Amino acid sequence: MSEQTILSVRDLAVSFDTYAGEVQAVRGVTWHLNEKETIAIVGESGCGKTVSIQTVMGLLQKPAGRIKRGEIIFGGQNVADFTPKQWRTIQGNEMSMIFQDPLTYLNPTMRVGEQISEAYLEHNPGVTRAQANERVLSIMRLVSLPSPVQNMRRYPNQLSGGMRQRVMVAMALICDPKVLFADEPTTALDVTIQAQIIDLMNGLKEKVNTSIVLITHDLGVVANMAQRIYVMYAGQIVEHGDVDSIFSSPKHPYTWGLLGSVPRLDSKNKSRLYSIPGTPPDLLAPPAGCPFAARCKYAMNICKRQTPGQYHFGKQGQYTCCWLYEPQAKERLHQAQQQRGCAHHD
Amino acid sequence: MTETLLKLTDVRKHFPAGRGASVKAVNGVSLEIRRGETLGLVGESGCGKTTLGRTIVKLYRPDGGRIEYGGQDVWSFDRKQNLDYRKKVQIIYQDPYASLDPLSVVSTSIAEGLNIHKMYRSSKERHERVLELLRLVGLNPEHANRFPHEFSGGQRQRIGIARALALEPELIVCDEPISALDVSIQAQIVNLMMQLQQDMGLSYIFITHDLSMVKQISDRIAVMYLGSIVELAPSDMLYEHHCHPYTQALLSAIPIPDPETERTRKRILLQGDAPNPTALGDSCDFAGRCPCATDKCRSQRPALTEIEPGHWAACHYSQAL
Amino acid sequence: MNRFLPDDFEALPADSFDKEQIVRPPTTYLKDVWRNFKKRKTALVSLIILAVIVLMVIFGPMMTKYNYYSNDYGAVNQPPGGEHLFGTDTLGRDMWARVWVGGRVSLIIAILATIIPYAIGMVVGGISGYFGGKVDLVIMRLVDIMLGIPSMIYNILLMIVLGSGNILTLVIAFTITGWLSAARTTRGLVLQLKTREFVMASETLGASPGRIILRHLIPNTLGISVVGMTMTIPNIIFSEAFLSFIGLGVAPPNPSWGQLIKAASETFKNYPYQFTIPCACISITLLCFNLLGDGLRDALDPRLRT
Repeated sequence: MSEQTILSVRDLAVSFDTYAGEVQAVRGVTWHLNEKETIAIVGESGCGKTVSIQTVMGLLQKPAGRIKRGEIIFGGQNVADFTPKQWRTIQGNEMSMIFQDPLTYLNPTMRVGEQISEAYLEHNPGVTRAQANERVLSIMRLVSLPSPVQNMRRYPNQLSGGMRQRVMVAMALICDPKVLFADEPTTALDVTIQAQIIDLMNGLKEKVNTSIVLITHDLGVVANMAQRIYVMYAGQIVEHGDVDSIFSSPKHPYTWGLLGSVPRLDSKNKSRLYSIPGTPPDLLAPPAGCPFAARCKYAMNICKRQTPGQYHFGKQGQYTCCWLYEPQAKERLHQAQQQRGCAHHD
Repeated sequence: MTETLLKLTDVRKHFPAGRGASVKAVNGVSLEIRRGETLGLVGESGCGKTTLGRTIVKLYRPDGGRIEYGGQDVWSFDRKQNLDYRKKVQIIYQDPYASLDPLSVVSTSIAEGLNIHKMYRSSKERHERVLELLRLVGLNPEHANRFPHEFSGGQRQRIGIARALALEPELIVCDEPISALDVSIQAQIVNLMMQLQQDMGLSYIFITHDLSMVKQISDRIAVMYLGSIVELAPSDMLYEHHCHPYTQALLSAIPIPDPETERTRKRILLQGDAPNPTALGDSCDFAGRCPCATDKCRSQRPALTEIEPGHWAACHYSQAL
Repeated sequence: MNRFLPDDFEALPADSFDKEQIVRPPTTYLKDVWRNFKKRKTALVSLIILAVIVLMVIFGPMMTKYNYYSNDYGAVNQPPGGEHLFGTDTLGRDMWARVWVGGRVSLIIAILATIIPYAIGMVVGGISGYFGGKVDLVIMRLVDIMLGIPSMIYNILLMIVLGSGNILTLVIAFTITGWLSAARTTRGLVLQLKTREFVMASETLGASPGRIILRHLIPNTLGISVVGMTMTIPNIIFSEAFLSFIGLGVAPPNPSWGQLIKAASETFKNYPYQFTIPCACISITLLCFNLLGDGLRDALDPRLRT
């Protein structure tokens, strides 16, 4: 793995101004993406994962949304204060995005081939129609769209769900982007189609030089695709680590909950799932202290009073923001680990 | 032997698709739902599972076959029996954003059934009952006069459950109740539903595309493909010993949240999408995507046969799998 | 290290949080709409102007000692100002009183001839859309046929048959043609709504069709209907003015804005103020209703609700 960082986000905070007040959707996140790497940002809806990558891609809805602080370093520049014009040179060219629901993001009145070539023609002014078509065909083959010559002339509604998602991937890849954002790329798909798309994206890693930022709430998808994981909760990153550490020794109680609530095929029939009680906090008025405290079984007095800092583990860069890892909380941590062990073998 | 609550015999539901063609959404389904059990109904989008669920709650009239409740065809009911059926059989919907009237506060939504069936005489008693239902599904009774859009997805789904429970039903058809929710909230809802089943002796038909979640809650599982049941078995048996290649492919497609297993596991990838359910002929419906289809599969439609006690499959080669 | 309190690392009791708390203040649909509406300044100004016009129509005639029907041959065709604020007409009647009483008639006709047909149209459209099939086919073909003939022809014929001259016959005439488009719009909306899960939910609870149509379907189309109504009112004012102008509307000496314009058009060259004042009233009212309708449409847009 090359350790060349191509995109880094430092202390990014994004807020939305609504009638009820300021919604602090993203509250200071820091992450980076290395070359030829796939990272995943995992969290529930409303945790700020989508807003943070929309901001990084310059798609933040203005003026309701605004960057409060932080930098986004891409290609040696801080793109956070780019003008829309500067953004357009990057969007769809060096950074591109795959959305959740292909049907709403494809233009129903435009042929598939034209839609795929659109970004290519836009960012490569000298290119002829024939060259563009050549490029479209090769990219359609890359994403294994069957019979590309025929399908190029079809309209999105004539394709099946799985094929439409492949068209989205083709559109995103046509300009050889450095970074590809995938916002819940498999959530709207059936399991068998989901498996096809995961397979496709894993295969792409070897064929193209693109780094992928995957956004999902489904840890099952992540285990299969990402090398590193950021777990986000209430606009903050609560845990980070390489995929093996996160799955084999997760540290944050929220990560425990996320992992526990995914049913395992090898688990006993009709057994209770581990579940996180309650609802994520409303970011209109984020709670003081640790945002997860209200739903955490192992919460302590301090969790309500102070926001925890980062605690680091091992050499792989794993860290978590949780008071349980403060030396004085040793007993509580021990208790928690025991309880968690019981819950798992129950 | 437990009592049979609802019996489906060769139920069919076709929708016109223009030019004389019809979509065979449900194409001859026979099932039994027993008192107190959970029957999982699994399949991909377009397999007819939602249509079947809606046919059971009499939202659609079947084009063929019988649905019997208490030994009587539900379409032969008189007005009073019909109202009683509406009380005893409820449904929970997939989309918690669309299943609540945006203009009604949640207490009005929950109390609607109580009003229709005139279940409590005074409005005070009715309100008490609504508050009790809210507590039962773990919501704060103080929020009874809030509008649906003020709640989160999981909370809204619990309001939907409270509305279904208000009439003290025997059977609840759960139409993908968790697929629009976040993983951690899914577990919450499934646990709540299991708790309610234990406390109130409910039966569920749990419709979903998620084979891993359905295992958690179901006693028996029916796998649907293009309007027919291809495999039906007690859930443990289905996972240990599946007899239909489609079930096998579905199980293998589920991502496992463990990088170790994922790296070593071999999965069966199905090619293409499910065909359009307008032109279903004499072949096995799955023959076009099946990795081990033979000429026999392409010329002869397999019947649902019992392979071992309680385990049914519709495949010519189910013994070999 | 002193940055921790002694009890910092003790467990919190299980019930120290309300896990299902909603922190946002409660809102209602109307509050949301009003909040969105307030942002649209043109619509807000239109609403204020309309409110002033309504107040004037109610109280204006009381502000003068003259009534609208007494002739005063000693003071015919007096220009505005002084004794008669808007002047007098060819029969010496006070124009101020006549303009506001005329507005009263025009607005009453417009509002009744909008609300009554909309109420009928919404129920018919609701029935047509909800039941579908043959019911829908029959109702919609009837609507199509009736819409095939220009509504002004109906109105003229009806006024001849029913006898022109009073408010009631005008409202009846407008109602007979007015419910058609309301029914069609409501039907379209109901067709979309009835596949929504909350409608099905009510059905599976055992709700009767009447309950579903009146409790769930029509209330959810009401927002769009209100916009339609706001846009219909100016049409009715205009049509009433036209009918009065060709002598089929309100009969003299009762004034309406159309009636006033008709009377003044004969002496327009000599006494333009008799013509321009009611014209201005109609134009301002029409414009304000249209702008208000635009603003309401934006404010009611469900996509703006979060």
